Amino acid sequence: MPITYTSGEQVEVYRFSIPVTVGVPLLALFIQAFVPLRFPWFAVYFDLPLLVTIFFAMARRNPISGLITGACIGLAQDMLGHNPIGIYGIAKTVVGYGASSLGVKLDVENAGARFLVTLGFYLVHAAVYFTVARGLVNMTQTWSWPHGILAGLANAFLGVLLYFVLDKFKQRT
Amino acid sequence: MESVLGRYRNLIILVGVLFLQVLGLAVQVKKSGNDEEKTRLIRIWAVDAVTPFERALVWVERGSGNLWHNYFYLRGVRAENRQLKDEIEQMRLQQVRLADDAAQARRLQTLLSFKEQFISRTVAAQVIGSSGSDHSRIIYIDKGENAGIQRDMAVMTSDGIVGKVLLVFPSVAQVLLINDESSGVGAMLEKTRLQGVLRGTTNGEVVLERVMSDEQVPVGETVLTSGGDQIFPKGLPVGTVTKVSNGRDLFLNIKIKPAADLSKLEEVLVLVEKQERTATAEDAVHLRASDILSQRLPSVPDKPAADAKSAAAILNNGAAAGAPPAKPASNPTITATPKPQGTEQSLTGSAPAGSVAAASTKSSSVAQSGVAKTGTTTTKTGIVQPGANTGIAKTSLVGTNAAGVVKTGKNPADSSGETGTLSAPPQAKASVPSSVRPTSIAQKSTNPAAAPSITPDDSNSPNAKPKPSSSSSSAPSQSTSQPAADDSPH
Repeated sequence: MPITYTSGEQVEVYRFSIPVTVGVPLLALFIQAFVPLRFPWFAVYFDLPLLVTIFFAMARRNPISGLITGACIGLAQDMLGHNPIGIYGIAKTVVGYGASSLGVKLDVENAGARFLVTLGFYLVHAAVYFTVARGLVNMTQTWSWPHGILAGLANAFLGVLLYFVLDKFKQRT
Repeated sequence: MESVLGRYRNLIILVGVLFLQVLGLAVQVKKSGNDEEKTRLIRIWAVDAVTPFERALVWVERGSGNLWHNYFYLRGVRAENRQLKDEIEQMRLQQVRLADDAAQARRLQTLLSFKEQFISRTVAAQVIGSSGSDHSRIIYIDKGENAGIQRDMAVMTSDGIVGKVLLVFPSVAQVLLINDESSGVGAMLEKTRLQGVLRGTTNGEVVLERVMSDEQVPVGETVLTSGGDQIFPKGLPVGTVTKVSNGRDLFLNIKIKPAADLSKLEEVLVLVEKQERTATAEDAVHLRASDILSQRLPSVPDKPAADAKSAAAILNNGAAAGAPPAKPASNPTITATPKPQGTEQSLTGSAPAGSVAAASTKSSSVAQSGVAKTGTTTTKTGIVQPGANTGIAKTSLVGTNAAGVVKTGKNPADSSGETGTLSAPPQAKASVPSSVRPTSIAQKSTNPAAAPSITPDDSNSPNAKPKPSSSSSSAPSQSTSQPAADDSPH
């Protein structure tokens, strides 16, 4: 039975083995790159690297490790595309920092909280990406609330399922 | 001071990391062109980390799929086979007609010294991955520098264009799809020939830009590459127009449905080599009026060597695709030998095989279409005249059977290339009684002024050239009819 804490003093901090730390983000990147070949809508609505970033950040509850995790995953995602490297990196750095900071203060162990946190951070991620891509890189970007909300809900739903699977790899410090 | 740093340590680190990334972005945005190489190493690492798994997974997927489809799931294969055979028959007929049109186009291009690009080599590659983001519509293929792939090469499928090579790694290449917002392809509408720029949008659609709003663009019209981007050769299918609306700045907003299904790419072709050369009409015959006149003069036997050379040249021309017409001989006799069934004809003469076949599909009488142009020349003594010994290879036997299937064939006794003099086969030398000839041929043979009539159906045939003047000898039809007028020997 998972132990949940709501106060900062009682927060449980988790760590992960190195294979999980390296392998899960790589697997997420791999699935994100491969699945759209068969299911093109997957890339439109889902962002597995973002979900992994949120999960690790919330579980470690350390802002520095959270932002570094987000930066690494985001930069790797940038490298698979053709846009300048750093757009996803910046967005996921912000998300990693925010998720880990939030994990320190809130109970993010139950499904409802995870759903809402994931939905919120998806929108944050999309907003930061939009701002950087349009403001710094001068890419053509259009903001669509319906698409943002829909994709956010889809990611939140998938995230809740994914987090329960990834919970198995948690190790208590 | 230390307390401040300790208190805001996390925030300071966050700002520092963000600042570094923004700095990196600024450097990348500022640099362009060759500086792409600077970021290449870091991309190689990422690609090398992911693509081996993708390649392995694709291999397993394809293997299992092939095993199932090729050995177990064979339901409906017979029916499909029958259907494909029917399609082949239809396409053969279509091919004949298209060859006819292509021959005409080549001749016109020759007149204009038109340069065109030909696809000379492609490399087939398998799609093994994507960027995984709707902000970057690219795919990865399993062929790279080792297979001769370079940047900016065109990528296509049999249905239409897909994109261009953006980055090349040793065994992998990155392809930018045409529906990415940063792509641009020179395109034109097939019928109206309006040119524009094909671009992707942020939501993955493809639009044709830079077409003025006062132009009429019908929905459903085919879009082709224009060749203006120097990447895609002209005339490759791009897609069809699905929606036309008024856009900004006096331009139309034309949505295109790509011909190639960009969301389900499995195999693609990379255009690794293309040639640009001036179009040549292989069947172009350049005759001067003096040539024709000289052919009518009393014959002086040519030197055998020259005869052999000219005969070989014309035979080669005749053997080439499109079977160009040979230099017309003087006094050719167009001899038709109807087959017993009356459905196939044996013609003496050299004419584009495709043309004859095309005409045969349109009309049962080849002569009516004016295709048979030149023939072997016979004299009363049976000696081949100088004009004839330039190598009129007799006769391609072309006709249609009752089922409409085009048949072509060559008589092995077509020519005696060794000596350079061509002797017509026995049935060719013997003049065919007019009662046996097709009426139209007989009429043409007796009417000096009668150039082969070109019916509207034949307007696309190679013979459908502008009507030549009586002195012009460049048109095969003229050279056909003119000698035919002198059916009687001198």
